[in-house]
Amino acid sequence: MAKVIELRQLHRLVTGKKYGDVMVLGGGISGIQASLDLANQGFKVYLVERAPSIGGHMAQLDKTFPTNECST
Amino acid sequence: MEGVSGEVGDFKVTLLKKARYIREDKCTGCTTCVEYCPVMVPDPFNQEIGKSKAVHIYFSQAIPLITYIDQSCLYLKEKKCGICETVCENDAIDFRQKDQLDQINVGAIILAPGFEPYDPRVVTEYKYGIFGNVVTSMDFERLLSSTGPYEGEIRRPSDQRHPHKIAWVQCVGSRRVTPGNNSYCSAVCCTYTQKQVILTKDHDSSAECTVFHNDIRSYGKDFERFYERAKNLSGIRFIRSYVTISREDPVTKNVFIRYATPNGVVEEDFDLVVLSVGLNPPKYSKELAQKLGIELEEHGFSKTEPFNLIQTSRPGVFVSGTFQGPTDIPESVFTASGAVSQTGQLLKHRKGKLATERVYPEEKEVAKEEPKVGVFVCHCGANIGRVVNVPEVVEYASKLPHVVHAQEQLFSCSTDSAKQITDVIKEKGLNRVIVAACTPRTHEPTFRDSLREAGLNQYFFEFANIREHCSWVHSMEKEEATKKAKDLVRMSWARAVRLEPLGEYELQVNKTALVVGGGVAGMTTALSLAKQGHEVYLVEREKELGGIVRRLHYTLEGLDVQGFLRDLIKEVYAHPLVHVITNARILNATGYVGNFVTRVQSDGFVKEIKHGATILATGATEYRPKEYLYGQDPRVMTNLELEERLAKGDESLKDLNTVVMIQCVGSRNEERNYCSRICCSQSIKNALKLKELRPDVDIYILFRDIRTYGFREDYYRLASDKGIRFIRYEPQSPPLVGVTDEGTLRVTVEDEILGNQLEIDTDLLSLAVAVVAPEGVEETALKFNATVGLDNFYKEAHVKLRPVDFGTDGVFVCGSAHYPKHIQEVINQAYGAAGRAMTLLSKETVTASGAVALVDQNACISCGACITVCNYGAISFEETPKGKKARVNPVLCKGDGLCTTKCPTGAVQLQHFKDGQIMAQLDAAKGETDILAELDRAVGE
Ligand SMILES: Cc1cc2nc3c(=O)[nH]c(=O)nc-3n(C[C@H](O)[C@H](O)[C@H](O)COP(=O)(O)OP(=O)(O)OC[C@H]3O[C@@H](n4cnc5c(N)ncnc54)[C@H](O)[C@@H]3O)c2cc1C
Ligand code: SF4
Ligand code: SF4
Repeated sequence: MAKVIELRQLHRLVTGKKYGDVMVLGGGISGIQASLDLANQGFKVYLVERAPSIGGHMAQLDKTFPTNECST
Repeated sequence: MEGVSGEVGDFKVTLLKKARYIREDKCTGCTTCVEYCPVMVPDPFNQEIGKSKAVHIYFSQAIPLITYIDQSCLYLKEKKCGICETVCENDAIDFRQKDQLDQINVGAIILAPGFEPYDPRVVTEYKYGIFGNVVTSMDFERLLSSTGPYEGEIRRPSDQRHPHKIAWVQCVGSRRVTPGNNSYCSAVCCTYTQKQVILTKDHDSSAECTVFHNDIRSYGKDFERFYERAKNLSGIRFIRSYVTISREDPVTKNVFIRYATPNGVVEEDFDLVVLSVGLNPPKYSKELAQKLGIELEEHGFSKTEPFNLIQTSRPGVFVSGTFQGPTDIPESVFTASGAVSQTGQLLKHRKGKLATERVYPEEKEVAKEEPKVGVFVCHCGANIGRVVNVPEVVEYASKLPHVVHAQEQLFSCSTDSAKQITDVIKEKGLNRVIVAACTPRTHEPTFRDSLREAGLNQYFFEFANIREHCSWVHSMEKEEATKKAKDLVRMSWARAVRLEPLGEYELQVNKTALVVGGGVAGMTTALSLAKQGHEVYLVEREKELGGIVRRLHYTLEGLDVQGFLRDLIKEVYAHPLVHVITNARILNATGYVGNFVTRVQSDGFVKEIKHGATILATGATEYRPKEYLYGQDPRVMTNLELEERLAKGDESLKDLNTVVMIQCVGSRNEERNYCSRICCSQSIKNALKLKELRPDVDIYILFRDIRTYGFREDYYRLASDKGIRFIRYEPQSPPLVGVTDEGTLRVTVEDEILGNQLEIDTDLLSLAVAVVAPEGVEETALKFNATVGLDNFYKEAHVKLRPVDFGTDGVFVCGSAHYPKHIQEVINQAYGAAGRAMTLLSKETVTASGAVALVDQNACISCGACITVCNYGAISFEETPKGKKARVNPVLCKGDGLCTTKCPTGAVQLQHFKDGQIMAQLDAAKGETDILAELDRAVGE
């Protein structure tokens, strides 16, 4: 049961703290999905990307398996 | 990102915002500066194959769609030039910009820094950068793309000729322990290569494609069929052999490859060689880890908790996507949703207070006005523009009656273009908008939003598809395609002027969730939702929770599965918000997103559950084999049965001299044309355990391809090192199993390498049997309006972008009910489903479409034809003063319009697709006389 206790403690820890915003590091498909889901749930999100645009490697792909649809 | 201090709930992150030398609020993305800039640099987005300028937009659909100046700029290097500053009309160039340090405070962090494609230059044997016509698969993606260096034409580097004979080399940088390579399997390159082969054949149907491979790892959903599709194209060879890229022809620059055949080594030349490079950890991942204070695992990816790959070594820091380890897009998407769910578990109290609701201006009353139509024709980069003459279509559209504005756009879907549409609507008082571009499927919401932003009802928007329906299918007939594009625009125009404004329906959301299936997937989802404050009903068919994992004891990595399961079950029962119902049967389910009602029976009681979201996690089971004497000889068993004996410490296993395992039993055949994904690893796991018990036991694994993708490859290598023998068989000549007169269990298999029949007398035969969907899946699916795919696994709304949603709103899927998976992957996906469900449960209301059927009760003759035909139970009779009449529940209606085809009096009309609107569109396709002439011809007049 160590895990449960740990999580409960974590919880108590967090409720006392100030910040509910979230940083997402990396704006590829995964980072974009995370940011959208967070924003849709009412979180304020900082999406941090190193490149001049978001999109990551998926933006560079022509089409994607297994449906061969466009990736952009 | 420069550093993170503090702790969960109160992180301080230092960010360095690099100077772009562009005022973001001023730049309109017009690219005048790019035209004038004299410095040509290799284009990083196009893998440095094409050229771009020192000032340029990263790529044509970039977000933000504005320029940046890189360090090759003459002004930045030596204070010369500065021409861009002169030509920019918007005063957007700013050479004084400095890198800026910023600090933000956040409660949690999600890491999604992805991967870096393997760089084959680090090892000279791949000849990348040495022979001109050796490219990487990433380069090849750009060559295929219409926004690529040759606008979608495949040309080879040495002479820009179209290569005709192309070879792919698999596992470049992967599955090797030599310096400069990675020991693991990169998990995506087998399938992306097949994709590239299919796309190459689309470009040039006579192309000759050869793939040199080791195992083909088609372990994902629909991958096996995808592989077959590629393999069965004409002019395709899949050759199983290690290769040497030997030399380059000094004149033609063709590249020679040496490979093994049954008749010895041969050398063959190719116009172009593509290296299927693997996935490395992201660049600078060590520095990144240091700044973040997280640990990395041995291959340089993020270290995670054994049973929770989303949790890094630092509390409050989560990881999603390929930084967990090599994986494809669908998994990168659901691990993202999973990371969001775990973030929500920590920060639930803040939710909803921080983001501001989007407020649209009030809608103007325009229904009674004369139509004022605006037409926007999209180039879609080169996708449309290369084939269809866009300016000509614009010119044509501008002449149609009521059209007051027509223009072209490079990418209508880009943020800036969509905003331009809004601006034009306001400026010119448009009340109908047509975008001629791609499909409503992806971008209808984008453009409807542009209308709403301008205070126009969103149902005044109309889409003309001139890409899928035109430029893509008529790429060789440019003139005809342009003509067709005009026809399509005219048809859309005919409908657009008849469009009517519609309202949408606001629905309350019930905050409770129902999870069907109490295996690891169901329990994980349930707990994650409960920890975010939602009540959850967890319904299990069996007496006990746990599902198939009750029969698993250890993982390939040696984790204690039963210990984990015990803790999980305890936690589920201990959580006050999770209500477990075992021995349960679902009687029926009704309702719709946010408002479902499900009746569940258990031990004689019937419980009615009201819930807003439903998650199906009904798992999978083991195939009962009919082959290989299973059930007839006690020495033959399934992998799971062997595992149970191993876990029980069965002493007799120590006396085994020889063990044989047969892979793909019941998988990858005509009946079940899919790979069960887990069984290769399962066999190796058992084999290694048997070796621990008795190091000199002889183990033979008879396989077709060994699919230990990702880090599992290391255990495959370990098994080989321990002397476990792997013998490949072809599906046409599977192993034969028999019992000799002396009672010996004998397995006969053709040994491809030695070229002879091999007879193995064995003490035990373990079968790697298929993972199959459990009984009753279709029934369950039907109750919840969910869909089941080809192999009886649930079918998600979109394989890549909505991997855990169903087409039916409010219903989600996870675990092996979606497709066979390893336990850690199941947990990943279960958190993913919880994350997606939270996007619904965290809201007070949801909106339903206005494009639904409506009954004119005066014309209804109460025949009930519409009620019978509706798949969603959306229509029923209601009592009215004029007797019983059909009524549509707009929330249940999916707008498929079946009912409208059945109603004998035309009393049911589908809003937004009314007969008059559709007929006008059809009539506009051709003149009436044309139609009559065609009908006459058809009946032979
Ligand atoms: C040639 C090739 C073809 C492929 N084809 C397919 C396919 O057809 N179908 C499929 O499903 N998958 C395919 N894949 C795999 C697919 O590309 C990945 O699964 C997917 O792109 C992973 O997304 P991600 O968001 O995890 O990573 P990425 O796309 O790598 O995104 C990570 C982002 O984070 C940014 N970043 C990194 N470090 C930092 C930092 N310190 N600070 C700020 N930002 C940072 C990066 O710049 C990048 O934009 C292919 C892969 C390759 C190499
Ligand atoms: S076996 Fe693995 S590393 Fe090799 S090409 Fe296939 S997926 Fe990539
Ligand atoms: S044994 Fe299982 S995992 Fe391996 S290839 Fe066959 S079906 Fe796929």
